[in-house]
Amino acid sequence: MNDMVGIVIVSHSKDIAKGTADMVRQMVGSEVKLAFCGGDPDGGLGTNVSLIIDAINNAWSPKGVAVLVDLGGAETNSEMAVEMLQPERRNLVIVCNAPIVEGAVMAATEAAGGSSLDQVRAVAEELSAS
Amino acid sequence: MSLEPETLKSLVRAAAEQVIASAPELTALDQAIGDGDHGANMKRGFEAVLGKLDSITTQPLDEAFKTIGKTLVMTVGGAAGPLYGSFFMAVGDALRSKRLPDDLADIFGSGVGAVSARGRSQAGEKTMLDVLFPVLETLKTEAARLDLIERVRATASEAVARTVPMQATKGRASFLGARSVGHIDPGARSSCVLLHAVCDTLQAQQ
Repeated sequence: MNDMVGIVIVSHSKDIAKGTADMVRQMVGSEVKLAFCGGDPDGGLGTNVSLIIDAINNAWSPKGVAVLVDLGGAETNSEMAVEMLQPERRNLVIVCNAPIVEGAVMAATEAAGGSSLDQVRAVAEELSAS
Repeated sequence: MSLEPETLKSLVRAAAEQVIASAPELTALDQAIGDGDHGANMKRGFEAVLGKLDSITTQPLDEAFKTIGKTLVMTVGGAAGPLYGSFFMAVGDALRSKRLPDDLADIFGSGVGAVSARGRSQAGEKTMLDVLFPVLETLKTEAARLDLIERVRATASEAVARTVPMQATKGRASFLGARSVGHIDPGARSSCVLLHAVCDTLQAQQ
């Protein structure tokens, strides 16, 4: 009943991912399910499929998870991570086409109100249309 | 062409070693039109594959290719991880129902299709597909030729050269717009390095 869509932030930079998560926490509150990751497997700039899988599972909610990404490799790696989840979870994760910081804040705000995954996505993706 | 465990081992080892040796070149190409991480990313991924070589080559062929793909997905770090990873995983899937050497073009085509789907990319966008599609065409149309390996090698080289005048519309290089023209695409080059390593190994065994 009180389930909220989980939010995952995936940046090439761990600092950006953490900073974005800090903004979400401050602006939306601590009740949203939130996880973030950034950096390649050696800790340099990049993204890492296994960390993304962990983040999605950590932010897991029965209502699903919205993933916010920065540049191309983060999107490709996030889509790959979704396909490598347990089969019953794959259809409940959406990689949003939205700017990472604004998208994460808007998605988390919508999620905090108990909206569905599609609604959360729509609010985040409105930001790219304008 | 049979693919016994020892042959697979020498193919994978050669491909990995050649990519690792090409890392500085791939990095230089990627610094020109990308973010400069392609060499280091491919090196990390293929070092991980080399580390698993013994266990990979004791698996059935389809599982071996899937393991290579998953290893690349988990270790490369850039977009190349899911792209090359999807190629090898799709080849593994295809090998469950198709057989070498008769179905080589079909099997390779499954891998190329997976790269295209993963990257939502087609030919002519200055990517690795601009090598993979022409090589697939060579495998389809020239399969009966005795010099097929040589034809694949030449096709890959020519295809890399044809990426130079292309303007990138996919991947990081697309941010540069017209400034991406005049450079070899790093992903096209890494695909060529892998294909040439396979050609060299097969020729050495003939």
